Amino acid sequence: MANTQSMTTSFMGDLLVGAQQLGTVTLTSRGSLTSPTTDTVKAALYLASATVNASTTAYSATGEVTGTNYTAGGVTVTNATAPTSTNSSTTAGVAYWTPSASITYTNVTLTTAFDAVLLYNSSQSNKSISVHTFGSQTVTAGTFTLTMPSNTTSTALIRLATT
Amino acid sequence: MAIVTTTKGDMDESLLEKREGSLDNDIEHTTWVEYWLEGELVHRSAHVRLKTSPALFAEAASFA
Repeated sequence: MANTQSMTTSFMGDLLVGAQQLGTVTLTSRGSLTSPTTDTVKAALYLASATVNASTTAYSATGEVTGTNYTAGGVTVTNATAPTSTNSSTTAGVAYWTPSASITYTNVTLTTAFDAVLLYNSSQSNKSISVHTFGSQTVTAGTFTLTMPSNTTSTALIRLATT
Repeated sequence: MAIVTTTKGDMDESLLEKREGSLDNDIEHTTWVEYWLEGELVHRSAHVRLKTSPALFAEAASFA
């Protein structure tokens, strides 16, 4: 046997659930330190002309879509499946998470083209989580649905991996 | 008889012209449906199925 350098896969999973904290941070209370509640994730849509990307630190209404029956800030993401981490070898592994249901905007009219969704943590000062882009869309008196990929090590919506 | 939500209120689908489309690439499979009334778009819905997103890779540094 030999020791092998690697970030542990379980650590990546711990990051997704906030189980480890290597520095001080100001958090909104999650109920208790031993049995914290799960934060609320929301999904906001952004215009094709907006700028949301890896440098986006928090939700902002700037560049967000507006229209009939769309509420600023978007909708709450269904999160019934906790993040998971798994090893694929002694040096590699993946921590991953996917919303457990489609994200749906019902009976909305969004006439200006949009092409991105920002997932953010509305329980923790609207801190950003991820940006996902798709082909530019408009909706007229209709429904816009984002169906999630399969929650697997290779396709999950959010994946932290070592190789 | 299917009812469609439109900018004119709920309407019988048979009164409308239906147009459909789709897009498929490495990132998404998207379908959309439009209903038109006398040349005016009165309903458009879209369904985006995200396939995958780039993974964030993590690394632990060596002392060597």
